[in-house]
Amino acid sequence: METITSIKPLLAVLVSLLITPMLVSSRAPNVREAWTFVAAIAKFLIVLSMLPTILKGTEIVYTVVEFLPGAAIKFRVDAFGMLFALVSSSLWIITSAYSIGYMRGLKEHSQTRYFCYFAFALSATVGVAFSANLLTLYLFYEMLSLATYPLVTHHQDREARSSGRKYLLYIVGTSIGFVLPAMLISYNLAGTLEFGKQGFLAGTTGSGHLMGLLLVLLIFGFAKAAIMPFHSWLPAAMVAPTPVSALLHAVAVVKVGVFCVVRVITGVFGTDLLLSLNFGPFILFIASVTILVGSFIALTQDSLKRLLAFSTIAQLSYIVLGVGLLSPKGMTGGMVHVAMHAFGKITLFFCAGAIFVATGKKNISQMVGIGRRMPVTMTAFFIASLSIIGMPPCGGFISKWYLVLGSLEAHQTAILVVLLFSSLLNAAYFMPIVYRAFFCRPDEAMFENKVQEAPLFCVVPLVVTAVISVILFFYPQPFFRLASMMVQSIMGG
Amino acid sequence: MGDLIQAIVAKYNYWIYITLMMIGLYAMIAKNNLVKKIVGMNIFQTAIILFYVSTGVKRGGTLPIIEHGHGGHSHVIHAADYINPLPHVLMLTAIVVSVATLGVALALAIRIYNRYNTLEEDEILAQIREE
Amino acid sequence: MSQHYPALIVIVPLLAAFIISVAGWINKKLCFPIAVAAVTVSTGSSIGLLFRVMNEGVVHYRLGGWLPPWGIAYYVDQLNALVLCVVTVAALLNLIAAKKSIEQEFPERIGPFYTLYVLFVTGMVGITVTGDAFNLYVLLEIASITGYALIAMGDKDRAPLASLNYLYMGTIGACFYLLGVGYLYIATGSLNMVDIARILPDLYQSKAVLGAFIICMVGVWIKMAFFPLHGWLPNAYTFAPSASSSLIAPLMTKVMIYVMIRLILTVFTPKFAFATLAISDSIVWLACIAIVMGAIFALAQRDLKKMLTYIIVAEVGYMVGGAWLGNRAGMTGAILHIMNDALMTLCAFLVVGNIVYKVKGYAFDNLKGLFAKMPFTMGAFVIAALSFIGVPPTCGFFSKWYLISGAIQAGHYGFMVALIFSSLVNVVLFFRIIEIGYYEPFSDHHGHDHPAEPMAEAPLTMLVPLYIVAAGLILVGLYTGNIVNHIIRFVIPGSFV
Repeated sequence: METITSIKPLLAVLVSLLITPMLVSSRAPNVREAWTFVAAIAKFLIVLSMLPTILKGTEIVYTVVEFLPGAAIKFRVDAFGMLFALVSSSLWIITSAYSIGYMRGLKEHSQTRYFCYFAFALSATVGVAFSANLLTLYLFYEMLSLATYPLVTHHQDREARSSGRKYLLYIVGTSIGFVLPAMLISYNLAGTLEFGKQGFLAGTTGSGHLMGLLLVLLIFGFAKAAIMPFHSWLPAAMVAPTPVSALLHAVAVVKVGVFCVVRVITGVFGTDLLLSLNFGPFILFIASVTILVGSFIALTQDSLKRLLAFSTIAQLSYIVLGVGLLSPKGMTGGMVHVAMHAFGKITLFFCAGAIFVATGKKNISQMVGIGRRMPVTMTAFFIASLSIIGMPPCGGFISKWYLVLGSLEAHQTAILVVLLFSSLLNAAYFMPIVYRAFFCRPDEAMFENKVQEAPLFCVVPLVVTAVISVILFFYPQPFFRLASMMVQSIMGG
Repeated sequence: MGDLIQAIVAKYNYWIYITLMMIGLYAMIAKNNLVKKIVGMNIFQTAIILFYVSTGVKRGGTLPIIEHGHGGHSHVIHAADYINPLPHVLMLTAIVVSVATLGVALALAIRIYNRYNTLEEDEILAQIREE
Repeated sequence: MSQHYPALIVIVPLLAAFIISVAGWINKKLCFPIAVAAVTVSTGSSIGLLFRVMNEGVVHYRLGGWLPPWGIAYYVDQLNALVLCVVTVAALLNLIAAKKSIEQEFPERIGPFYTLYVLFVTGMVGITVTGDAFNLYVLLEIASITGYALIAMGDKDRAPLASLNYLYMGTIGACFYLLGVGYLYIATGSLNMVDIARILPDLYQSKAVLGAFIICMVGVWIKMAFFPLHGWLPNAYTFAPSASSSLIAPLMTKVMIYVMIRLILTVFTPKFAFATLAISDSIVWLACIAIVMGAIFALAQRDLKKMLTYIIVAEVGYMVGGAWLGNRAGMTGAILHIMNDALMTLCAFLVVGNIVYKVKGYAFDNLKGLFAKMPFTMGAFVIAALSFIGVPPTCGFFSKWYLISGAIQAGHYGFMVALIFSSLVNVVLFFRIIEIGYYEPFSDHHGHDHPAEPMAEAPLTMLVPLYIVAAGLILVGLYTGNIVNHIIRFVIPGSFV
């Protein structure tokens, strides 16, 4: 594969870091928000400018500093990284707009800090996407954990503190306790940490037991993927302001976790090694358990944000499941699901936030009849939940379709059953909300029959993401193309 | 048994310094009074000085001062006739160091006494706990 | 001029100490500039020396022109050149940061303070630069005695006793070292380190050499507060004035680690330390215990400064363990960590200095609301915390990388587990502080009306050095590869794998 050297990946990472002084020093909120938009758009454009190169099948590399052979701070933009960077950088623009509406609507304190760390978190996210090796990945992974901590605990009250503790305990605890030793053991085994086409552990002499241990450490170590039993930070982190939950806990943070797991499967171990050691069923098992248990718990939730959190936990494992199938179609489906789920889930979170801004309601039981008061929001909610369930005409259908094909291809009928059953569960927890929002007896309705939406800054973003979710069904490019390119390069055509 | 006694007698200088060292160490660990501890510390240091000085000795050796040194090299100097002066010289420095340490230690003891009106360590610790 | 760098490093601060003590009588304002000038010359010389060593290799310098092994020889290779730079740079930055705090804490004793400060620096650089085993003892005592005095200037109630306890232990440690050198002298008839190393191989089986080695090691361990010989350290460092603790805490233990590595590598040679003596495994286990116990004791503390002192105890375990793993990665990690830990500790203690300057206390209760009150100081604290935890790209991560690599290569998984345990405990320790500074005092309603304390930052002369150190933590981390390839690689003998 051709590679070219370019500083663009580094710029894409740094652009949001560089504006933090501007954010801190701006006195007027409008100036500050303008800078956020400048950075967000600049980041998106830089990422976008690399897209044609990647689509041609060329990779972009840039080494910042090498401290040991094979262990450098180094960027490599490949198709899957591009996919993820595109999703996160485009959604940052939308979320910035939404944040303005949300934060100002609720008159939150410390907004400057909020926007700074948001920018910081996005740097780390794109850094993860473009990491060329496990060391760089680890670096940005940790950076993201720390940048999101002040965002999760934005309210600075007792509840935020206990959630923040849980968040750090799970995320930082597992990354230091599991990933760090696993990374060092594999470096001493392989002499490099560069993600390869077939994984850098492929040619090494480690025994099957050691490989199994490393796999367990690395998959559970990236606890942002919220694979059970390391999932409970995610519901706890829902104390954060909604835009944070939306972008970070539906898109950036959790997707970073899943992205890392995918990288571990493809870049560290490689499909051949996993197939030869027969570790696929293990990955499928933990993913299936997470999907089913997560969905069942979601059924029991009354708080809308917590419901979405458990739904996210389940959906993330779709991606792990798809890649764990180790078959071309399954992997394609898993990777595309990164994008599809992102647009769907962010819409849902935006809706939850919009409801909170407009009415102050957090619980589903208090939202009977809300469709009449906030029709636009709830329509977007409906579309997005269709996407999550995986029904046409929404993007989620495409990824789920490929997951089903992949499970057939890999002759895993049990997985097929899991997928179909969990779709049913998805419908079971989303549809009642929508149904009761629109169709309820007049005496049940908790809201006056008068249209009163959240501020425009809140509503426009959620409409945009909902529309994109639909568009992705008809035109799933460039995400689909990127995912299949990645799979092709892994599977060798 | 005979061997042991012989070993002790033959290297009596070592046994003396080790005994002194242990006395000093014992005082530093077991004594409650700060000044007694300081005395123990000084004994400890002196033991090591003694050890150094004793290593310079040679049987039948004399002071390392060369007489008639100026009158040309009229006779050959046998190093074995003179005791080794270097450890002694080193110990001059060590003595200075130990005196300085002693000074600092006593100054600290005075400060402690002024503050707590006692030099017994357990009483001082009791006062600290009370506060 | 550059010929005399090794001498200038030591002699300039030594002379300056006398000048300062005189100047203190005439005009107190003269003391600070003289001290800064002296330490700056020292810093400049050591940086110059580092470059010279990197270009030309080992530098031999004969003090007063006497030939070794009779005269005192200074022997500077990459190892001491690096440690010298760390020591002088840390001392210089801390000196500048200390100005305001000592003017506040004891305005009447500025002259003596600077005199002692510069003498302490003399001792530290002297220990590092010298190639003579006895000379090292003398300089060690210069540093220690000034250290006792610097510590005793602190808290009026507790500091003298803490300092006296330190003095007892420190004297025992130094005496043990002296005793070890005595045996070495009996066996080899030389005090010059290189000379001893030349004579020693024939005597590896000698009981006297074995005794010398063990006694020297014990002495050095007492001085570096290697668990369980650490008893003196926490109180001494806690009750010292902030300007002293931020000088002594980063440097003293680290320089003693350097002495230990120098003894292993140059004086006794690795062949003796690792091959002839089969004790390295048990020492690494001791280091594991040190790391774990340091971490546990740190958890039990209720004030910031004392917590940091126990972290130092744990960090000493890192370096001792790394050095005794007996392989290239472990030794690289230990040497790298001398520098990194010095910077980390300096950064943390400078933060404490700033907090004490503004809040007049360092107990956990004093830290409430500090993120609003002193955001810049706490920002630097977060960077130091990340380095202690070992988050890339701060330098703490990279030394931990080498240490854990060394543990894996040596098959010593206990050490790896201890290091990871300590990192996890550090997460708890530092985030506990961050939580207190960030959340408390609690507000009632979702933080919308979070009481915003007015900002009261430390003066710029304290913040600028702090931020230089904090930036250093990240820069040193990023350039770890260069430091290892251009400096540390040459220190480790080829026999290491």
